[in-house]
Amino acid sequence: MSTHTLSVLVENKPGVLAHVAGLFSRRAFNISSLAVGPTEDERVSRMTIVVDGASTPVEQVAKQLDKLVRVLKVVELDAAASVERELALIKVRIEPARRGELLEVATVFHANVVDMSPTTIILEAASSPGKLDSLLQNLERYGTCELVRTGRIAIARGSGTIIADRGPQPEHAAADELPVAV
Amino acid sequence: MQLTGAQALVRSLEEQGVDVVFGLPGGAILPAYDPLKSSSLRHVLVRHEQGAGHAAEGYAWATGRTGVCMATSGPGATNLVTALADAYMDSVPIVAITGQVPSAMIGTDAFQEADITGITLPVTKHNELVTDPNRIPAAIAEAFHIASTGRPGPVLVDVPKDIMQSLMTWKDWPPALDLPGYRLPPPPDLARIRDAADLLRWARRPVLYVGGGVIKANAHAELLALAELAQAPVTTTLMARGAFPDSHPLALGMPGMHGCYTAVAALQEADLLVALGARFDDRVTGRLADFAPKAKVIHADIDPAEIGKNRAPDVAIGGDVRATMAGLASSLATLIAADGPPDTADWLAVLDGWKQRFPLRYSQATDGPLKPQYVVERLSALTAGEAVVVAGVGQHQMHAAQHFSFTKPRSWINSGGLGTMGFAVPAAMGAQVGRPDDLVVAIDGDGCFQMTAQELATCAVERIPIKVMIFNNGFLGMVRQWQELFYDERYSEVELGTAIPDYVKLAEAYGCVGLRCDRADDVDAVLEKALAVSDVPAVVDFRVHDREGVFPMVAAGRPNDEITLGPEFTAEEQLAATRREISGELPHQHRKALSR
Repeated sequence: MSTHTLSVLVENKPGVLAHVAGLFSRRAFNISSLAVGPTEDERVSRMTIVVDGASTPVEQVAKQLDKLVRVLKVVELDAAASVERELALIKVRIEPARRGELLEVATVFHANVVDMSPTTIILEAASSPGKLDSLLQNLERYGTCELVRTGRIAIARGSGTIIADRGPQPEHAAADELPVAV
Repeated sequence: MQLTGAQALVRSLEEQGVDVVFGLPGGAILPAYDPLKSSSLRHVLVRHEQGAGHAAEGYAWATGRTGVCMATSGPGATNLVTALADAYMDSVPIVAITGQVPSAMIGTDAFQEADITGITLPVTKHNELVTDPNRIPAAIAEAFHIASTGRPGPVLVDVPKDIMQSLMTWKDWPPALDLPGYRLPPPPDLARIRDAADLLRWARRPVLYVGGGVIKANAHAELLALAELAQAPVTTTLMARGAFPDSHPLALGMPGMHGCYTAVAALQEADLLVALGARFDDRVTGRLADFAPKAKVIHADIDPAEIGKNRAPDVAIGGDVRATMAGLASSLATLIAADGPPDTADWLAVLDGWKQRFPLRYSQATDGPLKPQYVVERLSALTAGEAVVVAGVGQHQMHAAQHFSFTKPRSWINSGGLGTMGFAVPAAMGAQVGRPDDLVVAIDGDGCFQMTAQELATCAVERIPIKVMIFNNGFLGMVRQWQELFYDERYSEVELGTAIPDYVKLAEAYGCVGLRCDRADDVDAVLEKALAVSDVPAVVDFRVHDREGVFPMVAAGRPNDEITLGPEFTAEEQLAATRREISGELPHQHRKALSR
């Protein structure tokens, strides 16, 4: 599947998530994951949206997003030139005899143990989506009994930044200044 | 100065320059109706909130100013939804103000509670639930700014009852707008305009494909200048009827599913399409892959998301279409000064040949059944094209769009994108309120009319003298036509009957003048009688032929090449039309155009 990662800066106001989610549903755009959180500017939230580019041209998705009044900026991140992360919490059922073996797998994938019971272990892994998939594959043989995974977040590599451009505000147009009929 | 939220709301509308509000009060919006009574605003009390929404649309279509409607929470607000969806599809600037249950009760399933910002999210350009009375002036100013600028559209402002009852501090008008994510499009790119002018200069078979954006941009004068300079024929979509005078030699009429043959065929044969404020709607393109297959495309639109949405352009020009056309004309003039004018004479001769061979055709026998096309033509002649014509959706709408000879912009109002039956009467009411000195005539079907006829009461009481021409064929005519063509004449649930209700008596019951006409000979006299009524609405029950179809026609989803001329043409004529016969041959692309 050809996916595209969009970084979307939005105003931190009530209803913004509904506007964005509503757009995807109305335009029949397919969404693979969506993550949202605050940014360095408290007035601005950042959404990372992964879309399936096979079903909808990503350019059309970006243009429609950009039309939403509360959306400040839309940037497509190039996977090769950005850092992408997902966080997963994985509960694995494990008999005590095989714990060591499991912990070895966890070490290889830089996953941490965050909880342990006589029959289960909870692993925490924050990594690139591909590496995370690989970890999950390796855990399959133990029988993963519960998986929670966040949407992808991403940031461009290098010195460039994506920040909201809160430029000059539009002139106020009173109704009587607008074009009048013939 | 301390005001209540409700006072601030009404004051904001006054400051905004609003002169009329269409609405109907109820519990949650009650606080706003109190200061409204002593304000400078005219309030038109509709009989159903859907009427308020369409009236605001009609007002906006007719005047170019933003229309305003108001309703209470819950059912009042949901009754506006159809009008908001209609305005969204047709890019009509309206602002809807709704009452909401008190803040503390939101989410509790309170009496007359509906999540109207959630419900209208996909059908508004923007909406907002106001949570602070001090925010009211900015919320209203922003709503008008968003509705009326860029690609226009509907905006809804939802105000909880307690926010209207709380005190706020009124500051100077206008308030600061806080819209960091709302940017107006930059001026059109000059380099792109030069590329487009170059294509236009060397095109041998150009067509200007004009959409509703040209009327919204008030760009009819620029269009006329550009078309004459380029000697390029002009087709005006359903949304653009009136943008270019139908009497002009370069006018091809309407394209699309029920378009004029010449307009449809011209697009299929064109070597250059100049799409101006148009969006390649399926009703225009037919099967998209087969639309205008030989043409390069210049697409000018204020909405960047429309460019490339359906058809990839060769030259894309964002921004205001009026500025684009002015720039195109000026660039083209420079090219013409150097190389002479575009060579389109052969093309125009081909098109004139088609116009003569394959015109819109119907037959009205003196003693035969009354044809709707005849009524439209007589109305067009008697008013010299000076009326504002408002239509609902269906056969009557297509007959009106085809046969009325439009002379100027903002003289045609209809529901194009959403196709809302019941649009005409309330939209005509709004248009008449906005243009009190002009003749406003609704052409409506009997099916459409019955969906919103209650606004005749509003018009009669408020002395809004619209004229309503009901084309009464006793059927949901367009649906009947599709059943005839595509469902083996199995007429399922489309017969309404011509006699119930008695439209003359109904009109009289509503305090209007009611007339009836079923003979071609009487049409002029009855029309003149109706047009002369000036204090209350006049309603005419035209008993038109129930078998009359709308032609030409391209079946939905079929290529425009498969256009059917209809029963008035012989098999030989149809064959000639399908072959797009001409004497001689089509002008070839200029060698300079081929290299571009």
